[in-house]
Amino acid sequence: MNIWLLIALMALVTFTIRYALYARANAVSLPSKLEQALKYSAPCVLTAIWIPAVLMPQGELALSLDNPYLIGATVAIIVALWKKNILLTIVTSMACFFAYKWLVL
Amino acid sequence: MSNTPRKLFIQGVLDALPLIVGGVPFGIIFGTLALNAGLDIWQTIGLSSIVFAGSAQFVAVGMIAAGTSLGFIVGATLVVNLRHLIYAASLLPHVKHLPQRWRIPLGFLLIDEVYAATYPNYLKNLNDKNNHWHYLGVGVAFYISWNLATLVGIFFGANIDGIANWGLDFAMSATFIGMVMPHLINKPMVGGVLTSALLAVLTFSLPHKIGLVISSIVGMGVGYAIEQWSSPKELS
Repeated sequence: MNIWLLIALMALVTFTIRYALYARANAVSLPSKLEQALKYSAPCVLTAIWIPAVLMPQGELALSLDNPYLIGATVAIIVALWKKNILLTIVTSMACFFAYKWLVL
Repeated sequence: MSNTPRKLFIQGVLDALPLIVGGVPFGIIFGTLALNAGLDIWQTIGLSSIVFAGSAQFVAVGMIAAGTSLGFIVGATLVVNLRHLIYAASLLPHVKHLPQRWRIPLGFLLIDEVYAATYPNYLKNLNDKNNHWHYLGVGVAFYISWNLATLVGIFFGANIDGIANWGLDFAMSATFIGMVMPHLINKPMVGGVLTSALLAVLTFSLPHKIGLVISSIVGMGVGYAIEQWSSPKELS
């Protein structure tokens, strides 16, 4: 495969998605219902990415204590809801993830 | 009424820092995995600097390693990054007054973390005419850190035994959890996010990352529907 062609096409697709609406920003106006629905976009999309990464790190559902991603994510959820601090969430959950992975498993 | 460009740019860089902490390990593991998948150093640098799309870069490298054909990888890139169109729609009212020389770089920099870090600033300083400097500060800070992290992965990853199995990719999940949880403050948001979570597991085996799109859109629809059905009092 021509990797550079792939990179060029990936860049084109990615930039087009991000810039398409900005390009004609003055001419585009979104229906107000869509604008209301859009506030749910980031939390829903990100969740659809991290949930499988955490619950199915090898591609199959792994709801057990052998899954360090599950342990780390549980810590992250608790810290995030409790302290509402993103830096603290990332640092403590990663520390717990690595500690569990290396010391417990 | 407006803050100075300089002040907003610096505030943007500062607001990006927590998310950079999560992005750096993810960038390092990307640099390492890309070389393992058979890309050379310049191609790996090219992906991070020209495409600049963490999850899509990850997916693409996995597909290259698996021998997937070019068309499917480009298609997966489209699907994985389609969410950025939603972010653009959400920021649209705030960038439409800017000239193209601003919109082009701001569009290029529109990734999850940049959206998550700069959107609250627009809500906070609703009438500030210089908010795009905050957006630029977040974006530039994240762009530089992502590319430096990729370089670290390229040059040190190969020398550290088994780094690919350390689980550095957990950093992405930790970051995303940190970005999502503060939003779970009312029924529509909780309902939408739980719907997306459940569907993401159920649709995981569908090809070409189509499950991601289905889970995201249905979750948004459920959140919106609950919002429409609830009385305003119940929302808080």
